[in-house]
This record gives sequence, C-alpha cells and structure tokens, in this order.
Amino acid sequence: MSATSTNVREVDTVAKQGLNLNRVPMPKQDPMKRAKNFGEVSLGYTPAEAIAEADRCLQCAKPTCKDGCPVNVSIPEFIKALRENDMPEAVRALKAKNSLPAVCGRVCPQEQQCEKSCVLARKGAPVAIGRLERYVADWDLANQGAVEAEPVVVVPGRKRVAVVGGGPAGLTCAADLAKMGYGVTMFEALHTAGGVLKYGIPEFRLPKSIVQSEVDYVTSLGVELVLDNVVGRTELVDELFEEGFSAVFLSPGAGAPMFLGIPGENLNNVYSANEFLTRVNLMKAYRFPEYDTPVKVGRRVAVFGGGNVAMDSSRCALRLGAEEVYIVYRRSEAELPAREEERENAKEEGVIFKLLTNPKGFLDDGHGNVRAVECYEMELGEPDEGGRRRPIVKPGTEFEIEIDTAIIALGTRPNPVIPSTTPGLNMTRHGTVETDVATGRTSRDGIWCGGDMATGAATVISAMGAGKRAAADMDRYLREL
Amino acid sequence: MFRILEKQDLTPDIHLFRIEAPRVARKAQAGQFIILHHGEEGERIPLTIADWDREAGTITVVFMEVGASTRKLAAMNAGDAIDDFVGPLGKPTEIENYGTVVCVAGGFAIATIVPIARAMKAAGNKVVSIMGSRTKDLVFWEDRLGEFSDELIVTTDDGSYGRKGLVTEPLKELLETRDVGRVVAIGPTVMMKFSALTSKQFGTKTIVSLNPIMVDGTGMCGACRVEVGGETKLACVDGPDFDGHLVDWDLLISRQRAYLDQEKTSVERYQHKCQGGGHCG
Repeated sequence: MSATSTNVREVDTVAKQGLNLNRVPMPKQDPMKRAKNFGEVSLGYTPAEAIAEADRCLQCAKPTCKDGCPVNVSIPEFIKALRENDMPEAVRALKAKNSLPAVCGRVCPQEQQCEKSCVLARKGAPVAIGRLERYVADWDLANQGAVEAEPVVVVPGRKRVAVVGGGPAGLTCAADLAKMGYGVTMFEALHTAGGVLKYGIPEFRLPKSIVQSEVDYVTSLGVELVLDNVVGRTELVDELFEEGFSAVFLSPGAGAPMFLGIPGENLNNVYSANEFLTRVNLMKAYRFPEYDTPVKVGRRVAVFGGGNVAMDSSRCALRLGAEEVYIVYRRSEAELPAREEERENAKEEGVIFKLLTNPKGFLDDGHGNVRAVECYEMELGEPDEGGRRRPIVKPGTEFEIEIDTAIIALGTRPNPVIPSTTPGLNMTRHGTVETDVATGRTSRDGIWCGGDMATGAATVISAMGAGKRAAADMDRYLREL
Repeated sequence: MFRILEKQDLTPDIHLFRIEAPRVARKAQAGQFIILHHGEEGERIPLTIADWDREAGTITVVFMEVGASTRKLAAMNAGDAIDDFVGPLGKPTEIENYGTVVCVAGGFAIATIVPIARAMKAAGNKVVSIMGSRTKDLVFWEDRLGEFSDELIVTTDDGSYGRKGLVTEPLKELLETRDVGRVVAIGPTVMMKFSALTSKQFGTKTIVSLNPIMVDGTGMCGACRVEVGGETKLACVDGPDFDGHLVDWDLLISRQRAYLDQEKTSVERYQHKCQGGGHCG
C-alpha cells in the first residue's frame, strides 16, 4: 500500500480544483471470456483507482449517503481514511456498522441506496461507494491481522440468544449481539453458513471464499455456529427457550420456490431457480464429476422471470456451456426488476431477452424431458395496484421455443416449517411472519424475525438492516429482563 | 461431525450405520428421514431412518450401494465420522389404530419399515408384514420385522427362500380374505406402485414413502416435486408419505431417472479411481 501514497496526494490536489464527475470504472473480465468461466466478473479497484475514486468524495458536513444505507455505514469516514491511506482505520470505520462489507460491496443495489443519496448523484456521477466498500473489505481480508481483532467481550452471567438461520440477516444480528457481549448461538439448516450468499448468488458475482471469510469473522466474535440443524424439525423454537436462550431471532429465509402452475412443469430439466442455483453454487455442480452433484443445461435454456435471480440463473447456464440462453419475461424492459448492472452484464455475455413473452406450457420430448416451451406474446395494459402496467395475453400468438432446460425464477414464499411449529406466531396473508418494521418484534414475546421470512424476497442489505435493528431492540429487551 | 459407532453389512450391498446424532435421535419418528453429506465434493444423500435410540443418542440408517455416492459411503467404517447429518426431516408416518395393518417392504427398505411396524403394533394394530427380496442372500432382518409382526410373509423373486414371487401376491390374498384397515408400502418405486395398484381395487388406503431426487431436503429447492391427486407436492416437507392411490407413479419414475447418464459417469470415475490405486473413499 505504501507505494501508492504519492499518487494519493497528486489525485487529491486535482480533486480540490472542482467537482470531479469522472467515476472510476470497475475493471471487469472480458464478456466473451467470462461467459465461459466462474471467476469473478468484477475485478475490483487497484489501489490507485480506489484512491482516485475516494478523492471524488466531497466529505459533506451533513452527509446524506449514510441515510441511504439500511445499516447506516459511516461512509464519509471510511472514504476519508481510505484516501489518507489509513487502511486499518478505513476497515474499522466500515466494520463498525457492517459485519459483511465484502458481501455488500459486491451485491448491494447501491444505485438505489447510498449512491442515490450522494450529493454528486444530482450531477449524474455519485461516488462509487459500493466499489470503495469492496476495496476496503478486500484489503482487510487480504491483510488479516493488520487491523487488530475486536476483543470478544464476555459478560459474566450474560444472556444467551439464538439466531435461526445463517444468512445475511442472521449473520448481522449475531455479530451485533456478540459485539454487545451476549452469548450467541446461530443455527443453520444447511451444511455451511451463509444462506443465500452461499446457495443463491453465483461464484462469479460473489466468491464463496469471500462469504466464508465473512462467516469466519462473525464466529471470531464468539458466535457459536451449529450447522445441520433445522429449527422446526431438529429443534422447536419453544425448545430453544427451554434450553436457556432468552431471546430468539428468526431469519430462516424465504425458503419455498414458486412455480408457474402450467402444464408440463414437472418434466425433467425444469428447475426452480433455487434448485438450479443450489446445485451450481452450494453443491458446485459446475465442477461435476469432480464434485458429486450434477446439473443439466443442454444447448438451449429458458429462464422465466426478470429479477436478479433470473439474471444469475441465465449467466450460470451460459457458463455451464449452453449455446443459447433466454430470459423470458412477461413485461417490457422498463419493468425488469433486476439491477441495471446485472442486466447489462447478462446482455454483454450474450443472454437473449424475450420480453413481453409468457409461457403457456412445457412440451415433452416423449421421454419425460422438456423439449420446448409454448409461449404467448403479451402487451401492457393499465397499471395494477403496484403501479406497473399489467401484462395481457395477446390471443392467438402462441409460439414455441425449443429448449433443453427451463429455470423458473419467479421468487419464493416463506417456508412453513417454523410457523407451523411455533404456536402464537402471527402470520400475514402472504405467509410471512408479522413483525414490527422498526424493531423486528413478532407477536410472540422474546421472538424477533427479519429478512425474507418477514418481508418476502428482498435484498441482502435489507435483510442485514433488519438483523441490525432487531439486535438493537433485543438488547433493549434483554437489559430489562 | 457425526461418528459411525457401528457398521453392519446386511448383504454384500446393503449396509447399516449406527451414527451418533443426539439432536436427531431426540426427535426421530417412524417414517422420517435424514440427509447426510460427507466431504467437500459430496452429494447430500437422503436416507430413511431405520431406528433410533434416544438415550444413547444414535440414529440407525440402512442404505444400498447404487451410485458413486453410496459406494463412497459404504467405504466408511465404524470409528469414521460423517461431516453432516441433518434431521429428522419430513413428516412422520400417521400412526393410529386401524385394526389390521399390512406392512409391505422390499429390498433395503425392509429396515425402514421396522419402526413403522413397531409403532403400528404399539398403537394396538394387528400387524401383518410382507417382506420381499430378489433372492435368499438378500434377505435380512426377518427376525427384527417378525418381532413387531403378528404374521410375517417372506417372498423372494426366485423362490430361493420363503414364498416365490412378488410381494403383491400375498398382499392381494390378504386384502381378499381379511378386513385390512391400512397398507403401508415402502421399497423400490415399482414395488410401491404395484402394491398401491393392488390395494386400490379393494379401496384400502395405502401409504407409500416416496424417494425422489432431493437436494436440500428442507423445502427450499423443489427438486423432489411429485404429483399426488393432481397437485404438485414436495416430498421433503409435504411427505415423504403420501396416499399411494393418488401418486403419479410414471412421473416419479421418470424424474428418478433424470440423471442416469451423470450417475454412470460418476460410477465409472469412482471405479477408475479405485482401480488406479487411489483411495475409494
């Protein structure tokens, strides 16, 4: 790092001469090359790039960027330390509020959060806060020991808290409570912690070694991690209280995949995105047969849905060797819910967008495998309650797309295992747990809930924000016990 | 880590592990399953629970060597530890007093029907069990199933032991001659299918334990979709027990065959590694 300190000053001088609206672009792997490998797409800033971008920050007296962050990261502080080349201080400032910065720097929709609130956004060139966050977090991971570990506070007679689910909400809540001195045990259903960060988001967007490092950081704070434990089956929520836990945070994720409900959906090679991505990411099917779990893609793949999960699925399919990959979406480009960056990445890599198209049914090859999908053309009608224009079938427009594999990425709904085994836990009509948004409190005393189980499918950072708010409220509650 | 306390070879290809898993043992009930996973490269393997000991904190599973994963598992021994062992998963088998219950089991599932027969017996049922194997050398646990059965019929396909023929023949005779309140059939999918078809003519409710391909086993992925009564269900959370008269058997059989080519690749790779002098674990 010391080699760059001369650059720092030079760039700093330039920046002070006026507003610098030149956002430093993120270096990426070449699209044609990256579409064939699972290596990370975004390569991360070099030290010089990071400092050049950090220098664009105006260090506002009343920073608005922080308010745009669901966990209120000390953004100007970490950027200031970064451009002064005090990396340990940058790490401390960042991690004081965010226990998973290397994850957030990669997968947060910053353009809708901190960067949207940056004053330079009005000039169309907000500081690339996410890229800087990633840079600082990666520096921390690469320089283990450079920043002294936070001492694990052990409070005598401390109360014990159970966190159910080791995804972003659970990890954040567990880390915050551990930092406050509580004895935290995190129960994870799968054989590895990280939740959607491990099974859902692909390696090329979020390397699993990075996720594991963040999980290791949380356990280094003294959080006990119990893997292979399905709360609701292995153990009931009420039994956790009997075992001596004083409070429980539920963050099991929105487990159950949604399907289209059309004919032929149970044919072979029709996957839910959850299954497809779990095979590829968690079980590393892209390395079959070295890894035991297989996945099938064939030559032509159709992905149904328009969110980030659909983009991830389509890009995995390309990397697994598919020649043509379609995103089939019933609305138009303007309504695509995926982040623009992910959409662009998918397009660059060669994913074909079939917009205003909706499936009618899957057709059989005569051997129980999907052969084609029959689709309708759609048009947009009047806006629905959500304000998006409602897609309407254009009668008589049926056509077939020949496919070998279908991936259904329509979202998820909450897994009923915990609600059905936890009496007194009120549910909403969407099957989510009824919670107070500000605190995460549920209808049951001593039980909090956050993440997709409370909100339905949402973002990593909103789940982390819920974990953080719940931890603060659980602290208040536990102090009064 | 979950230690294997005991290994028994019930037949050359069917093995029993008694595994230290106290949290699972505390909750296990008849008809539920576990998922085990070993090694960074390993698959998640669902296995029906064959027995448990709550005090000793152990779970017994019985499995047959089929693909590469089960062969690797079979290469493990008592004293070894399995990385991951999660459960109990799925819903327990419905146990009530139905009067007379016929328990039908085939192949390595003879082990997994034992706790069901035991629970049915304890609920006051008269239990008549039928266990079928291909040939005499593959017959095991006649004594254990017999312990919880008022009557036990053993069949072999080739007639080398017990009655010659398939389990469906004595099942049909029982349904013709007795007042049977419920049938429970567990075993190879084809056996369950034909047991269900047999009992359907008599209108006797028949519970089957489905074994589609699974990945996570907790309702997250949807790999284990089955159609029952025209509705899509997930075997891992809605089952594994279903009404055999309502199951779309041909769909299940087709879905079970989805990865046959890949399974072949894995087995060849495993055999090659073994012959090459590498360890077969």
